Amino acid sequence: MSAEVERIILAGFGGQGILFLGKVLAEAGMRNGKHVSWIPSYGPEMRGGTANCTVIISEHPIASPLVTVPDTVIAMNRPSVAKFNVRIKAGGMLMYNSSLIERQEFRDDIRLVEIPASEIADELGNARVANLVMAGAYAKFSKLIDYDEMVKALPQLIPASKKELAEINLAAFERGYQFVKEKKYMFGRYVYSVFKGI
Amino acid sequence: MADKVLMKGNEVIGEAAVLAGCRYYFGYPITPQSELPAYLARRLPEVEGVFLQAESEVAAINMVYGAASAGARVMTSSSSPGVSLKQEGLSYIAGAEMPCVVVNVVRGGPGLGNISPAQSDYWQATRGGGHGDYRTLVLAPNSVQEMADMTIAAFELADRFRNPVLLLVDGILGQMMEPVQLPAPTTYDINQKPWALGNPNPRKGGRNLCSTIFLDVEQLEEHNWHLYQKYQVVTDEFAKGAYKHLAVETHAVDDAEIVLVGYGIISRILKTVVEKARKRGIKAGLVRPKTLWPFPSQVLADLAAKTKQFLVVEMSCGQMVEDVKLAVDGKKPVFFFGRTGGTVPSDFEILNEVDKLVRPD
Amino acid sequence: MMTMEQVFARPKSMSKTPFHYCPGCDHGVVHRLVGECLDELEVGDKAIGVAPVGCSVFAYDYFNFDFNQAAHGRAPAVATGIKRVRPDRIVFTYQGDGDLAAIGTAEIVHAANRGEKITVIFINNAIYGMTGGQMAPTTLVGMKTATSPYGRDAQLCGNPIKVSEMLATLEAPVYVTRVAVNTPANLMKAKKALKNAFRLQKEGKGFTFVEVVSICPTNWGKSPTDAHQWLAEKMLPVFPLGTYKDTLGVDKS
Repeated sequence: MSAEVERIILAGFGGQGILFLGKVLAEAGMRNGKHVSWIPSYGPEMRGGTANCTVIISEHPIASPLVTVPDTVIAMNRPSVAKFNVRIKAGGMLMYNSSLIERQEFRDDIRLVEIPASEIADELGNARVANLVMAGAYAKFSKLIDYDEMVKALPQLIPASKKELAEINLAAFERGYQFVKEKKYMFGRYVYSVFKGI
Repeated sequence: MADKVLMKGNEVIGEAAVLAGCRYYFGYPITPQSELPAYLARRLPEVEGVFLQAESEVAAINMVYGAASAGARVMTSSSSPGVSLKQEGLSYIAGAEMPCVVVNVVRGGPGLGNISPAQSDYWQATRGGGHGDYRTLVLAPNSVQEMADMTIAAFELADRFRNPVLLLVDGILGQMMEPVQLPAPTTYDINQKPWALGNPNPRKGGRNLCSTIFLDVEQLEEHNWHLYQKYQVVTDEFAKGAYKHLAVETHAVDDAEIVLVGYGIISRILKTVVEKARKRGIKAGLVRPKTLWPFPSQVLADLAAKTKQFLVVEMSCGQMVEDVKLAVDGKKPVFFFGRTGGTVPSDFEILNEVDKLVRPD
Repeated sequence: MMTMEQVFARPKSMSKTPFHYCPGCDHGVVHRLVGECLDELEVGDKAIGVAPVGCSVFAYDYFNFDFNQAAHGRAPAVATGIKRVRPDRIVFTYQGDGDLAAIGTAEIVHAANRGEKITVIFINNAIYGMTGGQMAPTTLVGMKTATSPYGRDAQLCGNPIKVSEMLATLEAPVYVTRVAVNTPANLMKAKKALKNAFRLQKEGKGFTFVEVVSICPTNWGKSPTDAHQWLAEKMLPVFPLGTYKDTLGVDKS
């Protein structure tokens, strides 16, 4: 992953907390002193019940906040993989919710990261925090997000109306991070074929 | 200075308006600007202001007219079809020289069009839009930070010139979040305008009148030339650099063989195009009009002597390109590339256009 | 030296500008009643008027206080803006039937429905005056105008709108009344109604509406006397005088 800029497209069903997931990453970048931008799916892209957003975290001021070729796609459901898979930069990363997306023949020029986000969220007691599991997992890969800073900031990002969910959101974030740290995400032949030089 | 906060463009306009001393907002729901009225509906009561959802855009702009004539700092916002409805009121407001700020989060047209981002209201914004000989100042931010800064500047310009000021924003800027540093609040007193209706302070002539009717042809002509003179003052002050930070931004133009011209979100994409073009050995530069009226013609006229060609990029079938051609005055070729209907051109396709122009073979 | 007591004078809140209205027009009478009421309530220096498009577009010439001259039909919206900024002022609109009951229908209905604390004076003379005698929303069925030369056909353009009755169905207005100035008795009632309306506004009670059934001798093609006769015979049966809403019971007090 580039140490200077991370361009991320996040996608999933409406209701999976995609926009909030994007906001968490953008906040994390900002609180780590980076330049950030966040654009929600808007206009024709919203058709079909999927939501997506674009986040850029950068060492330098962001010129275009629009992302045609993302470094990373975080996919929470199957249609999102189908839609954005082809756009990922060669050598980029596809991080997907393996609870809802089965293993399949992916491109062999990208890094695949399988996170059973919905299952982890279920274990924690609330399927809706799968997005924060993904945020935690992404934080482990990111060069521009500081994990400790994020753990501190996360409770402030939970809206006042959902304060009772602050703890479980934080737990989900920590579990996602740990999952990657323990390298449980790797699988199959892809790992070896795509790992080179990334 | 406060810490940076991550906020949506539409909401930042609302907060900046409050910080500028705006306590009155009148509007009517329309996508994609709905976050702005929703924000102010929550925020204005906290500062003893008035948020009122009007029965139509026509009513909203006329409530703005009333509130402005009573001395308040006041704002309305809408998106393209709604701004068409506001043109009647804008003509009166400009004619009566009432300061106010009008936000247009532009969407695709004509007609109902769609809710996707567009720049096809440039002519409407910069040419007046309503009936009669009048002008409105038009500011076009390209980042969330600028949406804050330019909202505050819009209120100041409106009061300074007693004129409506338009903030021309596209749907992407309205929807996007970026870190923003909000300035300190301004205190504003509705009695600081001696001409305002209901101002209790002694005034010249005994009473105040806010009107646009001049049945006497000589009086109307005199009034129209008075407005024209004012617009000349605005143009001159901008041309002389009194509002340098608001007028225009240039990037890598000194040695540019091709100068790209675009405003709003397009200018951000063009900056990426310039960087990519330079990596390919193409000397590209960028001119970004930040204020669309008065248009920063001089910068383009000066560059016409140095560069080889211009490429104007817009999310329209070509509107601002006319102002660029007027500024360049035939000295160098001016080309156009546009996407419309809600499509945002990618840096790749623009780069491709640049390639074709610079290396025609 | 003998001094004489002055028993009749121009209201203080009115200017010395002579009316431009046609001879016999009711506008001058209603203007004067407005001036007298504001004087008597001692709010002449606190009033802000909103003039419409129509014959009374120059209403501001005849009063000494601040005025806004609004676009056609928009006076209630403009008044809303003014009153919200300056709640301590007495804000009123003065509108004709084309202005209020045709192009400005949305604005009047919603200002009334919000209970804007303003006073609306509605001059209903069943015709467009300034533009030259066209059919108004309140033109009587069968009445001939420049744009209904064969008489208003209800099948083609509907029946006259009864604005007071309509606004009285809304929750918020505190006072909705219809008056006329065609006889001395009616004139006295009209003045009482206007004073009630302004007093209610002064006390911050809510939206007040006074419809004045009026004449337009010029466009009706009648002498002022005949016009008042015609008003009594033809208009009042369609637009009955009376108070349609009086939430606080001011008519009785």
